[in-house]
Amino acid sequence: MTTFIIILIIVFLLVLDQVIQHEKRKKNQIKNGTYKETWPKGFINRIKYFFHLVKNLTWIKVKKFLIGRKFNDGFLFKIMVYTLLVSIGYVYVYPVLYMLSTSFKSREDIINPMVMWVPTSLYLDNYVKAYNVLKYFPTLFKSTLITLLPAVIQTIVCSFIGYGLAKFRFKLKKLWFTLILLTFLIPSQVYMIPKYVMFNSLNLLNNPMAVILPAILGQGVNSAIFILIFYQFFRMIPKSIEEAAEIDGAGPYKRFFLIGIPLAVPAFITSFLFGFVWYWNETYFISLFLGDKAKDLSLQIRLAYFVSEYSSLYSSEETALINEGIRLAATLLIILPMLIVYFILQRWFTEGVERSGITGE
Amino acid sequence: MKMKNSVREAIVGYSFIIIWIIGFIFLTAYPIIMSIIYSVNDVTIAGTGIKMQFSGLANYGVIFSSAGSDYLTALKEFLGQVILRVPIILVFSIIIALLLNQKIRFRGFFRTIFFLPVIISSGPVISELVSQGAAGENMMSSLTFLDSLQNTLNPVIADPIVTLFEEIIIVFWFSGVQVLLFLSALQKINKEIYEAAAIDGAGPWESFWKITLPSMKNIVFVNAIYTLVLLATYSENGVVTAIKNNMFSITTGYGVASAMAWAYFIVLALLLLIIVLLFRPGRESDKG
Repeated sequence: MTTFIIILIIVFLLVLDQVIQHEKRKKNQIKNGTYKETWPKGFINRIKYFFHLVKNLTWIKVKKFLIGRKFNDGFLFKIMVYTLLVSIGYVYVYPVLYMLSTSFKSREDIINPMVMWVPTSLYLDNYVKAYNVLKYFPTLFKSTLITLLPAVIQTIVCSFIGYGLAKFRFKLKKLWFTLILLTFLIPSQVYMIPKYVMFNSLNLLNNPMAVILPAILGQGVNSAIFILIFYQFFRMIPKSIEEAAEIDGAGPYKRFFLIGIPLAVPAFITSFLFGFVWYWNETYFISLFLGDKAKDLSLQIRLAYFVSEYSSLYSSEETALINEGIRLAATLLIILPMLIVYFILQRWFTEGVERSGITGE
Repeated sequence: MKMKNSVREAIVGYSFIIIWIIGFIFLTAYPIIMSIIYSVNDVTIAGTGIKMQFSGLANYGVIFSSAGSDYLTALKEFLGQVILRVPIILVFSIIIALLLNQKIRFRGFFRTIFFLPVIISSGPVISELVSQGAAGENMMSSLTFLDSLQNTLNPVIADPIVTLFEEIIIVFWFSGVQVLLFLSALQKINKEIYEAAAIDGAGPWESFWKITLPSMKNIVFVNAIYTLVLLATYSENGVVTAIKNNMFSITTGYGVASAMAWAYFIVLALLLLIIVLLFRPGRESDKG
């Protein structure tokens, strides 16, 4: 069944590809004035013409169609590319599809081996239960807040640091650069224990500030990457613009706000979005620094404690019957906000990586 | 006057990055030094605060005793995973990038799909997917060779391979960023080089090995390091969870956990060194 659909999609893509190519060629020929209608009018004539084509088909023509001039412009190559892309793409989204299908299955559907992808009925009870256990909307609100704040702060701070590194000459710059790279390479798990002790003595444990403070000081989740992105971006601003502004009397801070920021809007958007996603998916340090509160502040952590939270809400018989339908419904509810953000803003994500300049050097 | 200008510029420059330097000193450098100190001390938590008693390398010794067995097995498992997964992720993302670089319809759509996991893969979500059998176990269960592999080979070698296949989708899921980086590197290669090579009689196969791969050398290096860091800091990684567990364990505590963290770092540094030696971009390699 699934294989059949995949083959159908591949065939569809191949046909579409050929049709579009044909249309393009036709358009070009019309533009050059070399176009002439090859297919005659009328159904019978068309069939006749088809047989005429088949009769005159030579091996060379077929070969040219299948292999093309260099192999990678032929039809066989197209088949290969689309087959690989569609089947790997299927494997790639398989967990999401599985999640989606299973979360709508009732207990009977899950056990029934005949029900593969489409549940027998629209069963929403899994979502109701998952929603209750996760305390979805209140937790979502707090979770968003604790993600949004560090992401915004980190973006602003990193832009500042990146500008300083890109635009001014000073001693020891190489050293700071090396250290910034090192903060990316040394896993923060290596030095988290003294950090924990320090936050404890500063009364920052179980306090959202434990997540926000590192962001303020440019030591947040993957801050080093964002600093480098801003550095690359600000370095591309031509010196002449800055110099002109300087002659007009704009100081360095004014230049940053009036020239740097407006020209680096894409870097801001990319950094913010990635910061948002990475903070949303960060669980190790949130659960360490926020301790007991982490469950209430982060949806992700609530998912990790799903079974115990479930048993505090439902009877023990009910808990024993907890199944993958409910758990995957909860998982889907958690990735849903990010999925929505991603599908609306996906160009900013994918093109952001390409424009980040990491590949340029 | 000129001297004064450069001093002023330095002051302004430092005013921009001072916040990072402060953060680095307090939130990175100081904890790093302290955690080295913890790792060679017997750390106990008293009512007044932390008490330390120098104990040499005893904490590192604990790793090899029974108290550290969880950590040690996790570390071995991690090593096996890295050795298998880094090359697989690299090769996989090059293939995907090459496919996406062809003239195809719905390129944006496919790119969206291959980047999707970056958005949704957090530790709890992935562990939920793996435990609920959405990570490809069903797809791979038909491969009977896994059973025979498990039965014949030494478990040290067989286990990473079997888990690799059971979680193959999740392994692929770690390659979202790498695919895009490879893709943008591919698009920067000058098309004329391929045309010149084609005139000289090079087919697509030769072009790939002689043009494409050498010009992506730098980005292979970047991606190899990125993949290693990604796998090392992944929150459900057995080693980092073992460190966290030992931190709050009565038998081990902060000292031993710090020693474990540093032992982990040494292993990572060695892996990093291997990557540098294997993929180090040449100095004279053409840039841009």
